[in-house]
This record gives sequence, structure tokens and C-alpha cells, in this order.
Amino acid sequence: MQDLHFMNFVGGADLFGYVGIEAVLDQMRMKTMKAGFEFNIMVVGQSGLGKSTLVNTLFKSKISRKSCTPNYEEKICKTVKLHAVSHVIEEKGVKMKLTVVDTPGFGDQINNENCWEPIVKYINEQYEKFLREELNVNRKRRIPDSRVHCCIYFLPATGHRLRPIDVEFMKRLGKMVSIVPVIAKADTLTVEERQEFKEQIRKDLDANGICVYPQEEFDEDPDERLLNHRIRESIPFAVVGTDQEHQVNGNKVLGRKTKWGIIEVENVAHCEFANLRDLLIRSHLQDLKDVTHNILYENYRVRRLNESNITFSELELSSWPTENGTDKSQL
Amino acid sequence: MSSFKGPDKGPRGLNLAGHVGFDSLPDQLVNKSICQGFCFNILFWCQTCETGIGKSTLMDTLFNTNFENFESSHFEPQVKLRAQTYDLQESNVRLRLTVVNTVGFGDQMNKQESYQPVVDYIDRQFESYLQEELKIKRSLHNYHDSRVHACLYFISPSGHSLKSLDLVTMKKLDSKVNIIPVIAKADTISKSELHKFKIKIMSELVSNGVQIYQFPLDDETVAKVNTSMNGHLPFAVVGSTEEVSVGNKMVKARQYPWGIVQVENENHCDFVKLREMLICVNMEDLREQTHTRHYELYRRCKLEEMGFKDTDPECKPVSLQQTYEAKRQEFLVELQKREDEMRQMFVQRVKEKEAELKDAERELQSRFEQLKRLHADEKANLEDKKRLLDEDQSSFSKRRAAAQLLQAQSFTANGKKDKDRKNSGFM
Repeated sequence: MQDLHFMNFVGGADLFGYVGIEAVLDQMRMKTMKAGFEFNIMVVGQSGLGKSTLVNTLFKSKISRKSCTPNYEEKICKTVKLHAVSHVIEEKGVKMKLTVVDTPGFGDQINNENCWEPIVKYINEQYEKFLREELNVNRKRRIPDSRVHCCIYFLPATGHRLRPIDVEFMKRLGKMVSIVPVIAKADTLTVEERQEFKEQIRKDLDANGICVYPQEEFDEDPDERLLNHRIRESIPFAVVGTDQEHQVNGNKVLGRKTKWGIIEVENVAHCEFANLRDLLIRSHLQDLKDVTHNILYENYRVRRLNESNITFSELELSSWPTENGTDKSQL
Repeated sequence: MSSFKGPDKGPRGLNLAGHVGFDSLPDQLVNKSICQGFCFNILFWCQTCETGIGKSTLMDTLFNTNFENFESSHFEPQVKLRAQTYDLQESNVRLRLTVVNTVGFGDQMNKQESYQPVVDYIDRQFESYLQEELKIKRSLHNYHDSRVHACLYFISPSGHSLKSLDLVTMKKLDSKVNIIPVIAKADTISKSELHKFKIKIMSELVSNGVQIYQFPLDDETVAKVNTSMNGHLPFAVVGSTEEVSVGNKMVKARQYPWGIVQVENENHCDFVKLREMLICVNMEDLREQTHTRHYELYRRCKLEEMGFKDTDPECKPVSLQQTYEAKRQEFLVELQKREDEMRQMFVQRVKEKEAELKDAERELQSRFEQLKRLHADEKANLEDKKRLLDEDQSSFSKRRAAAQLLQAQSFTANGKKDKDRKNSGFM
């Protein structure tokens, strides 16, 4: 028996009076607040670029332990060891489980060939975990989400151009995760130097076909495209991080005190930290999650379901195809 | 080789030293949903009522519009269930509302199996979603969700109790859809009778284990109103799109000679409560329950039916991939077997046909031989006869010749004698 389906449009003018449909927004708001949110962020960059400080500044709490503190066990890692730490933070009734994945050892060796492999593996493992949960016959009501929603890639403020390791990393991971490149310790660049550096980086990204967040191909409508275009024109953000407060003009501000002045972290005239924070947290956090779930995860799933000769037990030995198609086992 | 440490078990809470800004997260989420729009699908169902129970009127009243304006003039007598989709908009919220209605059900004589089409319809929507979910390249993000989120089950205002068919039907539906029981045409029952009727219905539902939709109590903001509403079930409703002037206002009402029943007056009927509960307070919960409870149940049953399990007989986790592969192999083997069978059968048939033809050929051949022999015999026969005839003929002609000769001889002898006589006469 065929189902007959008729489509009609009943516009606002055709509703004779208030129905209360818009109350669904509040219902949704309440439900999501009750359920809480998860957000997983990865920081990648060689040691000494201020990764932990930046994360702490972003989330205004001591999430990561800085490697420069005296108690930190300084081991020279031969390989990149990923390290994920979760915390629950709450703001105005909104609970968020924040997981920060650190990648000590990345870019620190003399020979950095393949230092991205453990990172690629980690990201794929999280996708795999989610996929398996999703494919279960008996599924959890809410599948725990450990997929990396955002990867902040730290570029040292050399002022020149992207280094080969930067290009390699972003090329390979650009299709798997949303990469947000930032210029670290940007207080060593003047405004003009910063501008030139950013332009050069954007040129390099273009020349190498690297897609960073917000990815142009995922823009859904003209408004979004316009908004994201403006963001794409100003990345990578040049940031400075700190956890210390100082007095400036009678106000307490977050800043770095130097002999020649105080660098106010949240002052947009000084650095672009506020822009980064607004992008990552205040405006595009949900979008980062959506892109990861609706596009990047789906891409992984398609690839995975098409590979009928790889079973879970072979996960340890399987070769993950990289974006440019080369087999990792041959690298 | 690398290793990583997973997140700590039970993450610690942290205090924030200032305003971070992720409190805007629910707003970000809501904004995205606004862009996408919402889907809501209601089924209006009455198993034991006659047509004219007021389903369409109630629909119009609930959504404050005149759906009949959009009614197509196309009428299908065979179609029992009709689904119509409307795009409603209120301020910035776009709602894609699908109303599934039954046509002419109540007038049937035999209503026994008539709930089956409804159950099938609900299952079809689940199936459709499941198919999309199982696709390799899928777009769940943009999928038009047609699963039934709420079923307004109409109870006939008999004033006594639930009919057994109602109980059976609701029991069939309660694990597939959120059921909200509604007493139709409530203005035909008096208030006291109505109260008794409601209590009777609820107790019958409970004693028969029918799980109707309970308004959720876990959120403090709505727990209070939901608890009180749960106590008013089933809602006694009156629907009307006619407006009557009461006092100095125009209100939706039904005008009788003995008074005016106002639809939106809570003393007259529970319409306002129904609208509150269905739309303003619990629409999102109805959608969520449909997805996390009813759909998951359907999915689980369907997958188990198809032979998928989470653990194999040794209780080791089995991935869907493995099961799928195993099934695929099974299927291919089956296909191969069937192909072989068919091939064999074909060969067999060919052989048989060949044998048949050979037989026929042989038979023809023998008949031909036979005929040939017959012909030869005949011929021989005829030859014999001919020979005899010839012999006869030749002997006859010989005798004739001999006879003629004799005759000739005797004649000449006679003639000579005569001549001699003649001649002798002259001498």
C-alpha cells in the first residue's frame, strides 16, 4: 500500500493565532543543558610554544600542567606520546566535559619524519570507537564522544613561512580533523611583521591545498560563507597566553609584564587571543562539533565500511590510508 | 609505536577564574536547529469511533489554522491512512508538521485487523530511518524524519469504559509510539460523568499494562506542570473553528441552544491542556522518546531478526562488519548453489529433450524402412504379375500366331485343291 504524502505550506500569516511552536526552542535548550556537552580539543606543536598556557588561558583554569614548572618530569620522549586529560567545567548552568589531548614530543626530535603518525592513529581510534558503539545492536542512550573536535596547531613565530613539518602535518590531518593554526608567542612580532607572516602562511596553505577550519567546502549557505570568509581572511590568529593578572588603568587584566610594557592578552590591539577564543568557544564551538560529526566522521565511516577486509582485531597492524593515498607502511 | 593515556575515570571539576563564554553553547545549538527547522509528526487515531468524531477539527484548532484549505480534492477510496505535511512558521521557528489521519476506518463492519495498517505505517517510518542509518553514504543530518512522534488516540465518549478493542489496539501501539489518550466530543458528557469516565479509563489502562506516554518529570522547571497534567489524562477535548462572541471577545466555541462550549476555556474542556502539553512543553521530549526508546527498540528487534548480535556464542564481541561479511558469504554460497542447481537442471532437460528427439527420429526411420519395404514388396508383386501377364500375353500371341498360320495353311490348301479342281475341270 502506497503512502500518500501531500506537502503544503502554511505560513505565519495562515496561523490564526499563537500556537506555541517556538516554545520548542526553550525545551531544546533545557534538555541540552541538562544533558551537558562534551568537547575534545587537541594541541599540537613543538615544546616551548606555550600550548598549555594557551589552553589554560582559553578556559581560564589550570587544565594543563605547564612543562616549564619545576615538578614536571622532563623526559626526552623518543616518540610522540599523546596524553588526554578531562575536566568538567560549568558556566551559568552549562556543564561541559572538556578533554584536552596533548602531544608532547611532536616536532622535538632531530629527525621528525612521521611524527604525525601517532596523532593520526589516535584520531582514527576515536572515530573507530564511536563507529563501533554506533553499530552495536544494543546501543547506549548517549554514545560517549571522544572524537577530536578541534586541533590547534602551533606555529612558531618565525616571521618567515610555513616549515616542511607544518605543511606535512596540516596536509595529512586537514582532511581528518578541523585544524586551527595559531601563531604562538606572537609578542615577538610587530604588527607589520605579523601581517606579512599571516599573508605568507595563507599563501603557503593555498599553494599546498591545505584546508583549515572553517573549511570552505563545508559552508552551507551564503550567510555562513560570508561569515566564514571573514574568518578565513584573518587566520592564523596570533596569540599570546598567560595566567597572570596585572593592573592596567585601574583594571585587572590578563597580561604578560615586560620591561617595555604590559601585553594585554584580551586586548585586540595587542594580540588576537580574543578572536581565537570567540571563534573557538563563543561562536563556533557547536559548529566544530557538527563538522566533526556530520562530515569528518561520516567520511571515516564511509571509508571504513568500504574496507571489507579489515576486521577489528587487525586494527593494530592495519595500514591507515593517508589523504594523499600513500600507504603508511611504505613510508 | 606510540601509546596514549586515556582520559581519567570520572573527570575532576574545575573552577573557572573568569568568564570563558561556553555558556552560549545551548544558544549556538538552538540557532543551528532554527536554521535546520524541526519535524513533528502526529498520528490521529481512533479504533472504535465512527467518522465525524472531530479529528480534523481538533487538528485545525490545535494548530490554529485551517488545514482543510489545503486538502487536495483527490480522493482515494482504497487508501486508509493519509499523511499530509505542512510547513508551519511561527516567528523564526519553522516546523514541518506531518499529520497522519485515518480515512473511513470507523465505519468498517469488521474492525478486528484494522489496526494493522497503522502499525505497519509506524514500522515503515522506522524502517525508512533505519535504512538511511545503515547506508554507507548517508545524510542523517538532512533526513526528513517521518517517524511518528505522538499518537492522539481518540476514545469514544461513551461514558462507561474502554472497549476491549481499544485496549488491544493501544497495547499493540504502546511500544511503538507515544500514546496520548484523548476523549473526543467531550461536550456530550457531563462533568461528573467525565470525571468517573477518566478514572475508569486510567485504571483500565494500568491494569492491562498499557504504557501510555507520561509527561516527563525529571526537569524541575516542568515537573510541576507535567505532574498535574499527568493527573488530567485522558484529555477531554472539544474542537471548533467557529468563532462565537462571548462577552466582548470572539472565541472558538460550539454554540448550543443551552449554552456555549468554549474550546479554550479550561473549565469547559481540556483543550488548552492538550495544546500546552503536546506543543509548548513536551514536543522536544516526544521527539526524543521516539528516537531513543521506540526507534531503538525497533532497530534492536530488526537487527536481531536479521541475525546480527553484539556477541557471538563464545561471548566475544562481534563487529557488525564480521556479521555482515559472514552473511554476505552465506548469501554468495547460496547463490552459487542455486546457480549450480539451475545449471544441472538445464543440462538434464537438454538431455531429456535430446533423447526424446532421438527416439522420434528412430521411430521415423523405422517407419520409413517399413514403408520402403512395403513399397518394395508391392513392386515385386507387381513385377511378378506383370511378368505373368507378359508370359500370358506372349503365349497367347504365339498361339494366335500358330492358329493363324494353321488357318492360312488350311486355306491355301483348300484353295489349291479348289484350284486344282477348277483346273482339272477344264481338262
